[in-house]
Amino acid sequence: MIEGILIGLTTALTFQNILMVMVGCFFGTIIGMLPGLGPMTAIALMIPITYGFDPATGLILMAGVYYGAVFGGSTSSILLNAPGVPGTVATSFDGYPMAQQGKAGKALAIAAWSSFAGGTLSAIYLLFMAPSLSKVSLSFRSPDYFALMILGLTAIAAFSSKGQFLKAMMMVVLGLMLASVGQDSLSDITRFTFNNMNLTDGISFVLVVMATFAMSEALTIILKRNDPTSAAKQVSLTELGSIKINKEERTKMYKTIPRNDPTSAAKQVPRSSVIGFLIGVLPGAGATIASFLAYGMERNVVSDEEKEKFGKGSVNGLSAPETANNAACSGSFVPMLTLGNSRKWNNSCNVRVHS
Amino acid sequence: VNINTTKIISLLFFIFSVFYLYTAYQIQVFAFDENAPFNARTFPIYLGYAGLFFSGLKLILPDPNTIKVEHKYLEYKKTGILVIIAIIYGATILKVGYFLTTSLFLFASYYFLGERRWILMFILSFPFVAAFMYLLHGVLNIYLRDPFLQSIGVMG
Repeated sequence: MIEGILIGLTTALTFQNILMVMVGCFFGTIIGMLPGLGPMTAIALMIPITYGFDPATGLILMAGVYYGAVFGGSTSSILLNAPGVPGTVATSFDGYPMAQQGKAGKALAIAAWSSFAGGTLSAIYLLFMAPSLSKVSLSFRSPDYFALMILGLTAIAAFSSKGQFLKAMMMVVLGLMLASVGQDSLSDITRFTFNNMNLTDGISFVLVVMATFAMSEALTIILKRNDPTSAAKQVSLTELGSIKINKEERTKMYKTIPRNDPTSAAKQVPRSSVIGFLIGVLPGAGATIASFLAYGMERNVVSDEEKEKFGKGSVNGLSAPETANNAACSGSFVPMLTLGNSRKWNNSCNVRVHS
Repeated sequence: VNINTTKIISLLFFIFSVFYLYTAYQIQVFAFDENAPFNARTFPIYLGYAGLFFSGLKLILPDPNTIKVEHKYLEYKKTGILVIIAIIYGATILKVGYFLTTSLFLFASYYFLGERRWILMFILSFPFVAAFMYLLHGVLNIYLRDPFLQSIGVMG
């Protein structure tokens, strides 16, 4: 095993491969920033370029693009409240309020550090746990996926603030209603399409996210442009602010519970990276579910005082989903590298390069 | 004026759920699936009832979260116009194409939002959309259907 790791390390540390990671991350970040264009688009664009490389270099370039695109999505989530990719929807819950408070630079820095930490830790998990986890990934069947989805939906209870449970459940039902538009996956019968061919494939998740976040934000800004309190918020949005993370914020990112608490061993970044990685391992699940679950879990773990800040610019609320979505990226490499299983859409292109 | 937005949203969602449930019952399933325990209309029907249940409950139960709305500060007219422009944009983009509709949408939006610097409005609509379209279509190879540009021979 050690020999294999050393061979991999030698390959990864060649000048060409390091350059490919940097190029891939750069272009992935740029594409991920554009609302509506995600990792799938970024990877698909890179496929023709990889034909001239050996498989390892091509895979490294693709991985760089993939990680970069998921991270890039957080930038538009924080600055515009328009998530670039579905995996960064949870990032906007606390990232955008931070930007409204004139702390956009700080929010971007926290997102960058969390993504880096989540990606790095999950790469270590990938190194040591891939063979054993591949069996878990294969053992997942329809009932298990059903249970996972129910778990994801019940996490809504964690997002809803006090007294808002019914409102949250209404939105869960609305989301499921929108998801039921299009062809039924079991019988191929079309539902709620009203004979419109464009609806046969259903309503894209990215489209719904853009409509609910970006469009509503744009209309709210216009509606309240003369409102003195709203105008102050818009002024603060144009200020990037400092990108320096102070000691208190660092503590919140890595250590949410006081040291004298018996549960203080549980740190935020490792915790979110573990949940992100494990969700990422499952074919079909991914960065989106991982980030929502990490956000919900973090909200339940922090103190009551910190819980009140969730949705209003909490450092934990921003850091947890960002850590988890990047950790899920590494997790999704487990079924692909060990089994050649490309059921996850983001990785299907990577498998092509790998094979 | 005090408005409880949650009650208004709940009422709208209740009406939407009634329509959804009605449409769910209209879904045509295969004859052999008609009496199956689970067919294409089972899940939508349950969802429709769930929508009615949650929104009805939210309507009935007391909700103290009212917000004070200062109508004098709100720009209803401009927002309404922008919504109408957006609907026209959505309805015409497939028939006319990305370039012309997006440019006109941006130009009209700037105008109705009060911008009067014509040169800036022009630069941030037509050339900007052309550059963005070139980035997507020309550089990134993402296909954008454009009957207008095809009709004047700019696009193949």
